[in-house]
Amino acid sequence: MAFGPHLLLATLEGLVSAAVLSLTALGLSLVFGVMRIVNVAHGEFFMLGAVLAWAIASTLGGHPALGFFAALVLSPLIVGAIAWASERLVLSRLNYDPEATIVATIGLLYIIQQLALTFYGPEARPVAPPFSYRLSLPWFGYSAYKLSVVAAAIVLLLSVWLVLTRTKIGLVMRATQYDRETAQAFAIPVERVYAGVFALGAMLAAIAAVLIVPISQAHYLMGQDPLLLSFIVVIIGGLGSLRGTLVAALLIGLSDGIVSMFFSPTLAKMIATLLVAMVLVFRPQGLFGATQR
Amino acid sequence: MKPLLTTSGLSRRFGGLRAVDDVDFTLMPGEIRGIIGPNGAGKTTFVSLLCGRILPSTGTVMFDGADITGLPAFRRVRRGIAYTFQITSVFAKLSAYDNVALPVQRRLSDSRSTASIRSGVMGALERTGLADRASMPAGELAYGHQRLLEVAMGLALKPRLLILDEPTQGLSDGEIENFIDLVRDIARDATVLIIEHNMPVVMQLAGRITVFDAGRILAEGTPHEIRADLRVQDAYLGTQHG
Amino acid sequence: MRDIAPARFYALHLAVIAVLFALNFLLPAYHHGLMARILVLAVFAMGYNMLFGYAGLLSLGHSMFFAAGLYGAGLAVVHLGWGAPPAFAAGLACGAVLSLVIGLLSLRTSGVAFMIVTMMFAQVFYLAILYFAPWTGGDQGLVVPRQARVLTIGDQPFDLADPQVRYLTALALFAAVLLACLALVRSRYGRVLVAIRENEERTTMLGYDTFSNKLAAVVVSGTICAAAGAAYALLFGYVGSNFAGVQYSILPLLWVLVGGAATTLGPLLGTLTMYYVIDVASGYTTAYLLVVGVVLILLVLFFPKGILGSVRQRWLGWLP
Repeated sequence: MAFGPHLLLATLEGLVSAAVLSLTALGLSLVFGVMRIVNVAHGEFFMLGAVLAWAIASTLGGHPALGFFAALVLSPLIVGAIAWASERLVLSRLNYDPEATIVATIGLLYIIQQLALTFYGPEARPVAPPFSYRLSLPWFGYSAYKLSVVAAAIVLLLSVWLVLTRTKIGLVMRATQYDRETAQAFAIPVERVYAGVFALGAMLAAIAAVLIVPISQAHYLMGQDPLLLSFIVVIIGGLGSLRGTLVAALLIGLSDGIVSMFFSPTLAKMIATLLVAMVLVFRPQGLFGATQR
Repeated sequence: MKPLLTTSGLSRRFGGLRAVDDVDFTLMPGEIRGIIGPNGAGKTTFVSLLCGRILPSTGTVMFDGADITGLPAFRRVRRGIAYTFQITSVFAKLSAYDNVALPVQRRLSDSRSTASIRSGVMGALERTGLADRASMPAGELAYGHQRLLEVAMGLALKPRLLILDEPTQGLSDGEIENFIDLVRDIARDATVLIIEHNMPVVMQLAGRITVFDAGRILAEGTPHEIRADLRVQDAYLGTQHG
Repeated sequence: MRDIAPARFYALHLAVIAVLFALNFLLPAYHHGLMARILVLAVFAMGYNMLFGYAGLLSLGHSMFFAAGLYGAGLAVVHLGWGAPPAFAAGLACGAVLSLVIGLLSLRTSGVAFMIVTMMFAQVFYLAILYFAPWTGGDQGLVVPRQARVLTIGDQPFDLADPQVRYLTALALFAAVLLACLALVRSRYGRVLVAIRENEERTTMLGYDTFSNKLAAVVVSGTICAAAGAAYALLFGYVGSNFAGVQYSILPLLWVLVGGAATTLGPLLGTLTMYYVIDVASGYTTAYLLVVGVVLILLVLFFPKGILGSVRQRWLGWLP
């Protein structure tokens, strides 16, 4: 293949990973923004979403689209319920102390990962895409499903943005983010908001995972890379800034897709991680984030 | 006599707010200087600029003839500027002894003996009347004693300039009496800068008083002059004494 | 508090060391081997405790310091053909230099950012080990040849692979680090670290350069962890990238939390407890990480002070 088409292919692949990454990172960013905690188990919610998608689709059988869409609805709901429960049972009792929360979510990470290994096993398993149409471009054929993932992500991101900026729920969330005590004084049920945000964050990761399983298979260790990449996105975009998160997801997703097509993935990851660490050290408000108050 | 501390054109903005606005200030050695002013007048910001907890937007701070504007806080402390916090911030889990040992061992870093630390610590604790409570965890001391421990920690640095930020806040009348004696005692070998809301305390202690309002110096003079100053009465005293 | 005779502290710690020495002759082979490993890893935990327990800095990247010692010593033997003592010194030096650089960078941040930054630097270190596979053996790791694992004292060679020698060498390192830690936390410097942990700004206003003090803590902590890593390479003869993974950053945190942060004997107690909990659990299930996860959550929820922390709070206030 010539360089031009090769680059086009890499860009398309990059767009798909950017779409999935922006959903996952948005979940992490929401949780950090509103609750001021870092959820290290975020990647495991992603993995759980994918594993549940396989379980649901393989239980239902029938046409692939039936299983897939059932998974797209049920899997995030189940993951959300698990996240909600762990927030109520563990995080709320830690009073959201940042360090204790990180330790607790590390514990959660190990628990979810090991339960997945025990009940799902070490194999990687695929979920059939709901449709298998291929677009024929002049140089290569490209899966229409992958493009629909990009479209779905855009729709989802837009709706999250609308909810955050245009609805009462969004207002309540922003008020809680701005000042927890004042929000309480205005009779905002801060506890419910926190549990809801934590569940929402996990659900976004789960949706992203369901979208990606037809492309890359479900595996019990698949949560590690999305966690690291989401961290990178949230840090570069500025902790807690939604717009920054989206820009950074696009940047990282695209460059990850393009770079890993031309370079050794280990080297690419190494350099990317080092650069991000340096961003945190020398520009903690992120590359795009405004200085926080 | 050369001034111990001068500021010229000292300003600090937070966003659009000028917390401290173009302040020229001079402090002579041996003084007890009071700083008063309504809430939000910029008093705490001003002394924070002096001791380096925050850096100025513009202007300079000179201490003992040297420009210390860009010096980090710990270096200013080593040059002899001690600051006691407005909100009590003793090390609650450490004993009163250990709290005072921290500044003493810092000052004595050249001498290695435990005995000299001990005598330094007990000296500061005795001056503040806390010697019998040396082994208590600081967090379990009564509030008034915690305020005194703050002062003992400041004293233990053997400062040339001791900045006290609202030291009598929350103290009983009896404790305030003792406190006034303590400050007079300290002032025999250090210059004292004291932010205080309690007017009788300032009037009794201070040789001169500087009045802040809206980030600027409104007036400066002896307690007598300040009491007579009409602008001060308008801005501050008037509202307080009806 | 300061007036309690130092003799009591040293008596307690020497008694612990004496018991561990006696165990060398009493333990059955399986537990003897396990205990040697626990002693080395307890040194790792003590290094972590210096920074986390006393200075209050929670790092999620300490596997890189352990791995720096591990690879520093291991690679010196494998590629340069060095003997055990210089290889150990090479491991220490790698840990010291790495912790100095990492400290200079990561201490510009604090709190959650510090945790993430240290985790990321450790990840870079881990990926570098994988990337330079021709030298490091990649994810296969390297075996440190047995003929190099010999300690010659006078004219007498000691084979570090021999169980007795291995145990006693591990104990010697453990004892040295334990007593050094005890002396350090009871020193003036230890008092300053605790002050920084309790209230950094107040400590600054007492004239302390808190950055330099914290940097020193990172270097001391990193070097102790590297000593554990270097000893591990030489005593157990294996150098592997899994020791540089995230898991080996979490484990010392877990051990210290279990035993009690900011207690001198907590790291040993925590490592011992968790090793045996996992050893027993792995008899029933392969998912030993599940145990780690559950213990972590239970600890932060119900015993944030750990075993010795609770003992100190309830009964023995003088415990260092």
